[in-house]
Amino acid sequence: MTSTATRPGGPGTRPRAAIAARTLRTDRWWVQPVGIAAILLFFIVYSTIRVFMADWYYVEDYHYLTPLYSPCLTDSCVPGSSHFGTPFGEFPFFLPLGIVAFPIVAGFRVTCYYYRKAGYRSLWASPPACGVTEPHQKYTGETRFPLFVMNWHRYFFYLAFVVLLINIYDAILAFRGPDGAFGVGLGSLIILVNIVALAGYTLSCHACRHVMGGRLKHFSRNPVRYRFWTLVSKLNVRHGTFAMVSLFTVLFTDFYIMAVSANWITDLRFIN
Amino acid sequence: MGTEKSQAAGAPATKRQFRIWRGDETGGDLKEYLVEVKEGEVVLDIIHRLQSTEAPDLACRWNCKAGKCGSCSVEINGKPKLACMTRMSTFTEDETISVTPLRTFPIVRDLVTDVSFNYEKARETPAFAPPPGVTPGDYRMQQVDVERSQEFRKCIECFLCQTVCHVIRDHEENKPAFSGPRYFIRAAELDMHPLDARDDRKEYAQAEQGLGYCNITKCCTEVCPEHIKITDNGIIPMKERVVDRKYDPLVWLGNKIFRRGQVPQTSVTSEHSPGAVRTPATGPPGFHSHAGASHDPKAEAQAQAGVNWHREVPKPTAPTLDESGRLPLTELTFDRPAAPSPFGEDVSFPLPPEHLNYAHPEQDKH
Repeated sequence: MTSTATRPGGPGTRPRAAIAARTLRTDRWWVQPVGIAAILLFFIVYSTIRVFMADWYYVEDYHYLTPLYSPCLTDSCVPGSSHFGTPFGEFPFFLPLGIVAFPIVAGFRVTCYYYRKAGYRSLWASPPACGVTEPHQKYTGETRFPLFVMNWHRYFFYLAFVVLLINIYDAILAFRGPDGAFGVGLGSLIILVNIVALAGYTLSCHACRHVMGGRLKHFSRNPVRYRFWTLVSKLNVRHGTFAMVSLFTVLFTDFYIMAVSANWITDLRFIN
Repeated sequence: MGTEKSQAAGAPATKRQFRIWRGDETGGDLKEYLVEVKEGEVVLDIIHRLQSTEAPDLACRWNCKAGKCGSCSVEINGKPKLACMTRMSTFTEDETISVTPLRTFPIVRDLVTDVSFNYEKARETPAFAPPPGVTPGDYRMQQVDVERSQEFRKCIECFLCQTVCHVIRDHEENKPAFSGPRYFIRAAELDMHPLDARDDRKEYAQAEQGLGYCNITKCCTEVCPEHIKITDNGIIPMKERVVDRKYDPLVWLGNKIFRRGQVPQTSVTSEHSPGAVRTPATGPPGFHSHAGASHDPKAEAQAQAGVNWHREVPKPTAPTLDESGRLPLTELTFDRPAAPSPFGEDVSFPLPPEHLNYAHPEQDKH
């Protein structure tokens, strides 16, 4: 909050209207950035703690694996949680067990067009809200390192799509009881809801929209891709909603599995 | 509540408190006014009432009063809005309403700013490139192909998106390098156009228009009176098209395997080019070159193929000012009818072909 006035453009530029106030907005414009910042910071802190906890991430009886640790690919994983083998051997204590997927999904969210808006506004105040002067003296946007890395969203989208498939596989495994037969518990349903939210978030992504058909110049020559593009465009309108909802579902799914795994609560079983 | 009832009965006007910025380039301040407000009025009506009562010298730009000309852009309570489309009923009765000029552009007087930045950027943006082998009049397109471009044609050029964009609103130094949301959707419109012959608008948008400066904070979309989805449908697809050429691993692999998509290198492509590094035009005074060097053989060859945005075009002339160095306010004090053209008074239409930055492949051979 260092700047209060419209900055003069420096020598050689013509003066703007002299208005001393940083903004003349009278609505409570700070509510949204502060709220979003609180949510994002909470998620960052929670997921950091959980990722390094290396405990209570798998419920062996019901085959619940938290999305933060999936896929678990090392010998350090608890028995049963490594559906894809353990190619990495033993991990030292400081390496998170979910090190393969977590950077992908974290990178996917950081470079996501919705989270860029949310993050730049609420965490970096650039700008905090429309028509409110930002506190930074200089601005080069995403033209240079490190922020041009945001353009790599496409890479993260392709990888996150693979992680989504792995999560779907995990969800299918979670519909089993202690004896390995079909079973449904509250945890299975929570995981299912999380998968729907994650799929909505991943498929409504702007990079997905572009890959599906947005890059075409002639829709009429590609009717099938136009169909896909139309579908993704409809989802894309809700991308921000999917982004926030899936953030909370991931958080809640992880918390529920932690609680069941640590025996704080018992899973409510409907079938088997 | 009582007021609502009386207003519903079509009755009395109330007095409302206004703060309006008065001044010019030497300075100014917010002045308080107590103005009568009637039912169904918009902010522009109140400004006109002020002009006809206690502030006859209040300068304000307006034209259609229907939200279609884009002239009456001002900032109302700090938010860029069209004065003619902001209803007084959206404010509470005890609210003080501030009306200020657009913050991003140089002030002329009171609520009038000099928006010529936008016209300069418009001139720099490469025009539609006619498809080779198709004469005007023979253009045929399918509706499904032009739909995306048509959304951007709704733009009324009110420049609210330009004034709200923090890249230039808060950082005057970015103006040379950054064209702004209005011209990103212009680039997107043409890049998505089924008949446009250029295929390097993405490179142009990044290298010359400063697309990389945008950080997707979506204020342009929030203020657009035409509700164009500037960010989601224009800027982000353009960013993704840049990514196609620069960062997409699958596109890169596909191009390697199928030997396709060999983009002819143009002089505007550069690595992560921040527009700010662009050197000032080196052309002779009075001429305006969009990329420094121009009239090189390659660019001329391009011109023969359809378009050459490095062609030197005469610099836009400034509008005619009166003796005091200001834009004349009304026809009464001006020596000709109607307002002065922002393109200057010495422009005749149709523009001579050598003043355009595109050349028709058939008609411009001489």
